[in-house]
Amino acid sequence: MRYGYLAPLAAIAVVGCANTTTAEKPASTSSSSTAKAEKVSINENPYPSTYKPYPGQPTAIRNVTIFDGEGGQIDNGVVFFTDGKITAVGDANTPIPADIAVIDGRGKFVTPGIIDIHSHLGDYPSPGVSAHSDGNEATSPVTADVWAEHSVWPQDPGFSRALANGGVTSLQILPGSANLFGGRSVTLKNVPARTMQAMKFPGAPYGLKMACGENPKRVYGSRNQKPASRMGNLAVNRQTWARAAEYKARWDEYEKKGGTPPARDIGMDTLKAALEGKIQIHNHCYRADEMAIVIDMAKEFGYTVSTFHHAVESYKIADLLRENNICSAVWADWWGFKMESYDGIPENAAIIQNANACTIIHSDDQDQIQRLNQEAAKALGDGRRMGFNISDATAIRWLTYNPAKAMGIADQTGSLKPGKMADVVLWNANPLSVYARPEKVWVDGALLYDANDPKRRPVSDFELGQPGEGDTK
Amino acid sequence: MMKSLFSLSVAAAALLASPALAQTVAITGGKVVIGDGSAPIEGGTVVLRDGKVVAAGSGVAVPAGAQVVDASGRWVTPGLFAGFSRLGLVEVEAVNETNDSSASRGEFSAAIDVTPAINPKVSAVAVNRAAGITRAVVAPIAPAAIFAGMGAVIDLGDDYNAVTRARAFQFVELGETGSAKAGGSRASAFLEFRNALIEARALANGQRGVPAHPHDALLNRQDAAALVPVVNGEMRLLVHVERAADILNVLKLREEFPALKLVLAGVSEGWLVANQIAAAGVPVIASALNDLPSEFEKTAATQSNIGRMKRAGVTVSIGMINDNDAHRLHYSPQYAGNLVALQRVPGASGLTWDQAFAAISSGPAQALGVDAMLGSLKPGRAGDVVIWDGDPLELSSAPVAVMIDGVQQPLDNRQARLRDRYRTPQEGALPKAYER
Repeated sequence: MRYGYLAPLAAIAVVGCANTTTAEKPASTSSSSTAKAEKVSINENPYPSTYKPYPGQPTAIRNVTIFDGEGGQIDNGVVFFTDGKITAVGDANTPIPADIAVIDGRGKFVTPGIIDIHSHLGDYPSPGVSAHSDGNEATSPVTADVWAEHSVWPQDPGFSRALANGGVTSLQILPGSANLFGGRSVTLKNVPARTMQAMKFPGAPYGLKMACGENPKRVYGSRNQKPASRMGNLAVNRQTWARAAEYKARWDEYEKKGGTPPARDIGMDTLKAALEGKIQIHNHCYRADEMAIVIDMAKEFGYTVSTFHHAVESYKIADLLRENNICSAVWADWWGFKMESYDGIPENAAIIQNANACTIIHSDDQDQIQRLNQEAAKALGDGRRMGFNISDATAIRWLTYNPAKAMGIADQTGSLKPGKMADVVLWNANPLSVYARPEKVWVDGALLYDANDPKRRPVSDFELGQPGEGDTK
Repeated sequence: MMKSLFSLSVAAAALLASPALAQTVAITGGKVVIGDGSAPIEGGTVVLRDGKVVAAGSGVAVPAGAQVVDASGRWVTPGLFAGFSRLGLVEVEAVNETNDSSASRGEFSAAIDVTPAINPKVSAVAVNRAAGITRAVVAPIAPAAIFAGMGAVIDLGDDYNAVTRARAFQFVELGETGSAKAGGSRASAFLEFRNALIEARALANGQRGVPAHPHDALLNRQDAAALVPVVNGEMRLLVHVERAADILNVLKLREEFPALKLVLAGVSEGWLVANQIAAAGVPVIASALNDLPSEFEKTAATQSNIGRMKRAGVTVSIGMINDNDAHRLHYSPQYAGNLVALQRVPGASGLTWDQAFAAISSGPAQALGVDAMLGSLKPGRAGDVVIWDGDPLELSSAPVAVMIDGVQQPLDNRQARLRDRYRTPQEGALPKAYER
C-alpha cells in the first residue's frame, strides 16, 4: 500500500460533468433590441473521448465455465463475440460460425472484464515520486472544480499490470480524499494510449468524489482551517450544496426566461450536474454513523449517493443501505490503519450481500487492482464460513456488473450479454482460486493481453530501456 | 490412548481445557505438511509432547496415553512464520499513541530494542493468530538514522510471553530510505554505516584494553555498544535494500567487515544479481508480489523475483516489508499461493507448492537462524501447529485449530465479535450494545 494509511485519502473525488460553457455565437451587441440573444449553454463534454476499439477477430470460446457477471454460471458453455460486441453466450449447443477462431476453454473460466470502481492509477502513478503526486488538490476542502482526468498520466505502468494480472478492462479514476468535495472522476477503458482522451470510456457519466471523516478534518484542521471536526465537515458540505442549489436555480431560470447568463463557476457546474442526476456521487465514508448522516444530507439537498467507498462499517447498516439503494465498494479485509477503519471485518462484503444490498470489491491500490478476483474470493470464503449461501457467480458480480451499474456503464459492459462490449477475460482456472491468472484479455473484442504471446503484453514508455523491460511482471 | 469421537472443534476445546504442557497429543489422519519444502503427506500423524514436535509424517505411531485429535480431511501444517512485520507494535497505525513502530524524535537508533514495545494484546495479534500465523519477525522502523535498532522473534500466543528471541537481529536501511535518513545520498548512508561499525569495533577493542577510538565519535555509547555484536558476527544484520546495485554494495561490506552475518530484506531487484547473492550465501526475506516500479529502486520489480532467486540457489523466503506489516500478515499464504500460480504463466518463475509453503514457515526461521527450534514440524521444533479446513495457500481456507508451543489457542478476536453482533444488522429486542 504505497500511500500507507493515507491511501484512502487519495480516494476522494468530485466529479462533475457539465463544465464548459459554450457561447455558440456571441450575440451582436449592435443588433436591434428585438433580436433574440443566442442562448449560452454549458458544454458538458469539452474533453471528449477519442477512444476507438482496436481491431479484433471474431472469436468463440467453448467448453468453458462462464460467470456472466450478473450472477449466472454456465458450465461447459460458449462465449462468442464479433465486431467488438458479445454476440452469444450460452450452453454447449450455442451455434458458432464455422469460419472463426475457436478457443478450447476446457478447465478454464470466462468472466466479463474486471471493473475497478476505485483507482488512482495515472493520478498517483508509479514511480510514486512527488512530481507524480497528482491525486489530491489539497488546497481547499471544496475543489469540485478539479477533474481527475486532467491528472491522468497514461504511461503509468500500473495500467498494464491491472490488465495482465488482474483482467481489469474498465476503471474509475477518482481524486483523493483530502477534500470534502475532491473533484470529478473519470472512467477509462484499460487500453494503453498516448492521451487520456484515448482511454476515456465513451459515454460514461462522470462521478463526483466526496469524503467523510478523518481525512478532510485532519488536512484542514491541522492548518487551523475549517473543517477541523466532523461537524465542520457537514457544515461545509451543506453550505456548499446550498450554494449549488442556488447556482442551479439561476441556470434553470436563465434556461426558462433567458436574459443575462449566470456567471460560470466550474466547480458549481459539477455540483449542479450532480443535483440533476447526471453525475454519480462516490462518497468515501468509513463509519456507519457517518454514512447515515450523508444519506440524510443527500435527501436534504435532493441528490442520490451512488456508492459509499471503503465503507468498512457498511455491515452495521446493510439494511439502511439496501433501503436507500446505495452500493458499498469495499476491500476484503483492510482494517486498523486509521481510527475510522478500526472496526473493519473480513465479513463486511458478505454481510452486505446477505442483506441484499449492492456489494462491490474495489482496490484503491495499484497492487490489489491486480488481484480483485482474489479479494472477492477471500470475502466469499469468510461469508460462507459464517453460514451464508453465496455463489461463486455472485462474488464475480461484485467485480463486474455491480461496479458497472454504480458507474453508470452497465448498459455497455460489466456482463456477458449480447450487444455489450466484448470486454472478456479467459482465466486459466477458477478466478476465485489463488492459482488462477488471466490467460487472455479482450477489450471491445481486441486481444490486448495474451499470456502465451509476449507481443501482447503492453510496456509503457516509462519502462522502455529499463532493466526488466517487457518482462512478465 | 483416548480416541476422540467428537468433531475437531470439540476436540480442540477439550485440548484447551486440559493442561497442554507435559502431555502428549497426536493429530492423526490429516494431510501433513512438514514445512521444510518436502511434499505433503496424506494421512500423516503429528505427535507433540511437552509443547514440542516429537514426530510427524506417515507411519508415526500414536503413543500410548496420547490425546488424539482426528484431523481427517484437514491439512496439518506448522504455524505460519511472518518473515517481516511490525506485529505487536501497533494497534491503530494513524493513532500515534498506539503506534510504537518508530521513534523518529528519539535520541537512539541501533540501541533501540523493540521488545518493550511489543504488546501481545494488540488486536492484530489475535486476528493474525486466527489466520494461522504463530511466529513473526518484528522489526522497528528506522528513526532519524539508518539503524532501526534490534528486532525480535515473537510468538502470537494468547499470553504475555510473546518474545521468543529478543535482540534477534539489528535492522538497517541502506536503500532509498537509508539515503534519506543519512542526509540524502547512498554514499552518505554507506559512510554512516561504515563509521558506525568502525566505532563499534573501536569500542569493543577499548573494552579489551586496546586504545579507544579518538575524539570524533558520532555514535552515542549505547548505539555503538549495540553494534558490537553486529560487527563481531554474533548478531544478524537485516538490511533493507531493493536496487540491484545496492544489493551488491551491501554484499561488498563483508570485505571490510568479514564477520557480518547479513540477511537481506525487500530485494525487489534481487533477480538481476541472484547469482551473486547465492554465491555470497546470504539469505533473503523478499517481498513476494512487488511488480511495479513504485520507487525508482524497484524499476525491475517482478513477481518472478523470488522464483528466479530460488532457481539461482538463493535461500529465499517471504516477508511483508513496509506492506501492511502491522495488521495483515495473513496475506502471506495468499502471496505464497500467487507464487505457485506463476508456474503456469509462460515466461514467469514461481515456486512449487512445497517451496512456497516453506517460504512462509521454515524459510524465515532459517534466515533468522532459529530453524532448529521453529518453523517446521521436524522433531524438536516448537509445537506450533495449524489445522486447516483446506489447502492453506488457497483463498477459501482458514484454520480450525491453532497451537503454539503445544498450547491450543483461542481463535476469537475483536473482528469475530463484531461479525457475530452484526450477522443481522438490525437491532433485536434490545440495542446492539446488549448483544454479545
